[in-house]
Amino acid sequence: MKKLFGLIALFAVSAAFVLNTSAPGEGLDIGDKAPDFKLKHIDGKYYSLSQLQPQVKGFIIAFTCNTCPYAVKYEERLKSLHAKYADKGFPVVAINPNDPEVKPGDSFNAMKETYSNKEMNFLYLFDEGQKVFPQYGATKTPHMFILDKSMTVQYIGAIDDNVENAKAVKNTYVEDAIEAIMAGNKPTVTKTKAVGCSIKVKPVNRHLLKKKASVSN
Amino acid sequence: MTFLKSICLFALFTLGLANVQAQENLAEFADLPLVVTDYAGLEPLFQQRNDTTYVVNFWATWCGPCIKELPYFERLNREWKDKKVKVVLVSLDFKSQIRTRLMKFLEKKQLESEVVVLHQSNANDWIDKVDPSWSGSIPATLVYNRQKRAFYEQEFYNYEELVSIVKSFIKM
Repeated sequence: MKKLFGLIALFAVSAAFVLNTSAPGEGLDIGDKAPDFKLKHIDGKYYSLSQLQPQVKGFIIAFTCNTCPYAVKYEERLKSLHAKYADKGFPVVAINPNDPEVKPGDSFNAMKETYSNKEMNFLYLFDEGQKVFPQYGATKTPHMFILDKSMTVQYIGAIDDNVENAKAVKNTYVEDAIEAIMAGNKPTVTKTKAVGCSIKVKPVNRHLLKKKASVSN
Repeated sequence: MTFLKSICLFALFTLGLANVQAQENLAEFADLPLVVTDYAGLEPLFQQRNDTTYVVNFWATWCGPCIKELPYFERLNREWKDKKVKVVLVSLDFKSQIRTRLMKFLEKKQLESEVVVLHQSNANDWIDKVDPSWSGSIPATLVYNRQKRAFYEQEFYNYEELVSIVKSFIKM
């Protein structure tokens, strides 16, 4: 009977993932259900959110890469976030969305090197074929998406408000969002913006970037 | 350098840009031959109302695709001057690299288009003011004149792509 309940729960969760995903290209907004994915970690094993979901209270999804100076400046802070919040149920799940043919420094092998050189402590997944970032609507590295237990998007944007100087940070946007979720509240600040490196795609794949010109007369 | 500085001062005068430092202390860059400012000081650049079409490109020396497309903006600035097109290159280089990396780059490249530096730590305070559709990735380009305004969060893969956009702003 217990097994049956488990199965039903599993089906329900899978159904939730299938039914609530947004159309690719549009990207996620606050309140949307985040789509599941199955991507390769630097250890060669594949991980999915649905597989991790039973053990967590949410996710700190970070679209990031090896090469972008903004991403590099946030590496230590991503490690600190994982160290602080993984045990509390909010692991960092990093995803490299760049096409290595455009940016060789963001190849899977280069990811492995970065991972060991920087002694990273979180999952560092490769968006092979660039299928995942367009569904999330990520446009740059780093680009953060905070999900709660039900996979609902609660925060999109920057890690904090000072890329150059971690000590001068006044607003810890991601931490604030997680603390709010842990306290059973909605984050006060749900969307922020920061400068970042565009996600690297081949010219033929530029449609994957959610980039329509905004024109006004 | 004096010549460069006079060009910059002239540009500063024509655009109404000022080294306003309400948000950031940028006095340490006062000796550089280009404007280094926070958003408040740069704001007039986005609100010119005259017969010029402004092409404002956001870039940085650390941004690969930005460097790749710089020649297209340089060519545009050169070839479209007489049609009243003005290119302004807004550098978003890190504060710690303005004096070193950026200045070295500019010295080497001798860009003809005007270069200004925007530094304001919390980009969340100003990105929406440039254009609400901008997520913050660079390269990104604002094109505007009195009749029309458009923002392109993308890179230009060739000169023609950029020109075709500018053409749509100008009555030929």
